[in-house]
Amino acid sequence: MALLTFDTAHKPRQAYTSMAVLLAVMLVFPFVAAQFGNSWVRILDMALLYIMLALGLNIVVGFAGLLDLGYIAFFAVGAYLTGLFASPQFAALLESVVNYHPELQDAIVRTFGEDVRTNGIHLSVWAIVPLAALVAALFGALLGAPTLKLRGDYLAIVTLGFGEIIRIFMNNLNDPINFTNGPQGINLIDPIRIFGVSLAGEAGSRATVYIGGLKLPSVNAYYFLFLLLCIVSIFVTSRLQHSRLGRAWVAIREDEIAAKAMGINTRNVKLLAFSMGASFGGVAGAMFAAFQGFVSPESFALTESIAVLAMVVLGGIGHIPGVVMGGVLLAALPEVLRHVVEPAQQALFGNVVIEAEVLRQLLYGLAMVLIMLNRPAGLWPSPRKEETAPLPPSPRTRKKRAKHERDHPEHRRRE
Amino acid sequence: MSEIILNIAGVNKRFGGLQALTDVGVKIAKGQIYGLIGPNGAGKTTFFNVITGLYQPDTGTFELDGKPYSPSAPHAVAKAGIARTFQNIRLFGEMSALENVMVGRHVRTHQGVFGAIFRHKAARQEEAAIRARAQELLDFVGIGQYAERTARFLSYGDQRRLEIARALATEPKLLALDEPAAGMNATEKVALRELLVKIQRTGVTILLIEHDVKLMMGLCDRMSVLEYGKLIAEGLPAEIQKNQAVIDAYLGGAH
Repeated sequence: MALLTFDTAHKPRQAYTSMAVLLAVMLVFPFVAAQFGNSWVRILDMALLYIMLALGLNIVVGFAGLLDLGYIAFFAVGAYLTGLFASPQFAALLESVVNYHPELQDAIVRTFGEDVRTNGIHLSVWAIVPLAALVAALFGALLGAPTLKLRGDYLAIVTLGFGEIIRIFMNNLNDPINFTNGPQGINLIDPIRIFGVSLAGEAGSRATVYIGGLKLPSVNAYYFLFLLLCIVSIFVTSRLQHSRLGRAWVAIREDEIAAKAMGINTRNVKLLAFSMGASFGGVAGAMFAAFQGFVSPESFALTESIAVLAMVVLGGIGHIPGVVMGGVLLAALPEVLRHVVEPAQQALFGNVVIEAEVLRQLLYGLAMVLIMLNRPAGLWPSPRKEETAPLPPSPRTRKKRAKHERDHPEHRRRE
Repeated sequence: MSEIILNIAGVNKRFGGLQALTDVGVKIAKGQIYGLIGPNGAGKTTFFNVITGLYQPDTGTFELDGKPYSPSAPHAVAKAGIARTFQNIRLFGEMSALENVMVGRHVRTHQGVFGAIFRHKAARQEEAAIRARAQELLDFVGIGQYAERTARFLSYGDQRRLEIARALATEPKLLALDEPAAGMNATEKVALRELLVKIQRTGVTILLIEHDVKLMMGLCDRMSVLEYGKLIAEGLPAEIQKNQAVIDAYLGGAH
């Protein structure tokens, strides 16, 4: 980690250089990866979505210290919201209410036009993203509210339950009103369309996107969108971290009673952490749905919540560069294994001895145990200052201090 | 008698079968250092926790600076103008000393999500003011040079100072200190005493719980004595020293 630093407060020049270098690498990366096949870029796309999730969860778990084991629920909310409002699903919903509540159907048709009956609703991405963020934030606050007095293990159990409740709802909410199409999931979700350009490529273009004179594969187009969203997420979370609110979150994590005694309204600040974190999950979910074109409850199982949590914890809880690294490692490694392990075994032994999926679980567990034993604060934890002697002040500070002490003798330092 | 800053009367608090506080009250004049002493288990900290909203009293009237306040939630009490420290230091261990004090400014500042993300002019100014004030307070308590140090790596005495600086950051009218000298050696106690007098000079009233009677006698303007949840004496330190009930409580009288 010595090569890259993101400590803008103490080493601004190094930090900005690191960021520029990393950005350049990230921009070139998909073109290199595409040489080995689009599936590699697809892996990167998913990794970027997981990074967004990890950054969102980091607000709740890393900053505010609220152990949330049901975080994937907000991912599901965003994804299903997109499924409902950017696919033919709404037509199916109408069909299911026609017999019970004809007046409801009439009202919907009147608001959205006759087209809804056959085509469903197709909101643009500009409406979907804020909506997903908003609705997920609302769910975040809603699920957070009953847990306000819980902490530690108890909070974890309750949030775990909430995560499952959402998934089970998605699985069963096809009757009496067909919101989610049940276990079959919602199909034919619109790809993202930005200024008239579909990121999935137009029909018959073989998943190639033309932007101006530029031609690039669909997965690359999504890659750049997700990269942009990730950068925005990093920006937003780091700004939040170094603000009055971010400090309040960390204060609650460190000592809730002391935080209260310092005048922090812990109820409101915790709810805010839940909903801010959830909104990232919501946006990532919306992107996921549009990217895949399909959502089903299977994608939102408990193991996904745990995977995202593992990214935060393994990377370095509460430390944004660490969380991003955790996201990259844990999202990309299993996919890389899938592509490497089985062919390698084929070549070595002539048949597959251990399946990639099995090996993945094995390595996941092993990585967790090893990291928790050797680096309990994560691979890349926040830096801490623990020298016994204070750092010598810079000449400029010394001069300023001397002047200050001349003017204000009462501020003179105790030696 | 000068203006009363804190006027509390008729506080009762029961934990199950234990009557922890019986009809306890204090009247503290502005700008004083007021001491609350009593043997272990007398109910000093319970009384403290009631005043600062950590425990809910069964009865009692509460008035700060002439206005009634409700000790229903600690954050509301802090907002009303009472800041406290804890008997067993409760710092935000993983934050730097400066950040700890900056948290104290939370209750007097306003920036929310929008300001945090966009850092518009008002947000930047507020943040700069928070930082400047926090550094000032660290300098004031004498640990300005450790601003960047992670709080839990500070020495014990400095952690006590940091806790006081953090409490002062909330701009309290009344600073309530729960055994600030606990675990300090003689030199540190002298330094603490100087600090408290310095704080008093800035116009902040101090309510002090302490075991060290010697320290309290020289420091406090007035004091109260608690025993078994009841007030047994109130007055000037010299009067308290001679009070037979107090002597019995501390040395064990004939029961």
